[in-house]
Amino acid sequence: MGKNWWKILGVLLVSYSIVGGFLIPVPELPILNETIRNTYFHIPMWFAMMALLSYSLFHSIKFLSGFDLQYDTKADQSVQVALVLGVFGLLTGMVWAQFTWGSFWTNDVKLNGTAISMLTYLAYIILRGSIEDENRKAKVAAVYNIFAWVMMILFIMIIPRMNDSLHPGNGGNPAFGSYDMDSTMRIVFYPAVIGWILIGAWITNIKIRIKNIDDIQKYA
Amino acid sequence: MHKKISFFLTTLLVLLVNALSAQGVDMATGMRSEGKIYVVVVVVLIIFIGLAIYLFSLDKKLDKLEKNNPK
Repeated sequence: MGKNWWKILGVLLVSYSIVGGFLIPVPELPILNETIRNTYFHIPMWFAMMALLSYSLFHSIKFLSGFDLQYDTKADQSVQVALVLGVFGLLTGMVWAQFTWGSFWTNDVKLNGTAISMLTYLAYIILRGSIEDENRKAKVAAVYNIFAWVMMILFIMIIPRMNDSLHPGNGGNPAFGSYDMDSTMRIVFYPAVIGWILIGAWITNIKIRIKNIDDIQKYA
Repeated sequence: MHKKISFFLTTLLVLLVNALSAQGVDMATGMRSEGKIYVVVVVVLIIFIGLAIYLFSLDKKLDKLEKNNPK
């Protein structure tokens, strides 16, 4: 157990959010109806993605101050897991949008911004694949990662707030204000976010360790 | 160890389902109440906890690999 406590905590928090997310009463709003419960599952995907991308940025900066390749591995693997979570976020969002906004893809600023920032990170992976030398690859990727993170914050957090968007929290209205979420929703929503961040971190941890063993065998 | 845990979990689940469903002919009890939403909750939970157990077993396998491939 000991060092695995945070993995168990992640499983427990997400399990709690599944039970609570289905059973605890939610505000009765027109159009949204029961789909408001998607808040507990769709939005944590994005929070976990952004947490992992920030974790990746942190390790890219750490790599640039010392050029230790183990930090590059951490940055690379967390971007990969973050993109998987982002794809889940997009797919769940598309289903939700179809039944509330009437279309799988609307020209919402937040949707397009998210798509652009995911493409920015896809370019990060392609960029890595195009450079042979491990040290050069790591250096170029780390610098690019800083750029990509800033673009992600711009496109997901800032530009949607300056324009009209269908998403809550954009075009002026507060995302987590009393209008969109009441206090009973918070007791499920925040544990769900923390739980999914922990699950994302766990999968990243497994991927980093696989890569490390792979490297040991490659250079042995 | 693993077998013991899965045996324990299976027993628990069987007992739980029995307790929730075998309450006479009353249709609106336990797993059958609230439009059977509890059934959906249990299904989703089984999938999620199953995935978590799978992740744990991958984690254990990696522990072994790491022991065999010291840095």
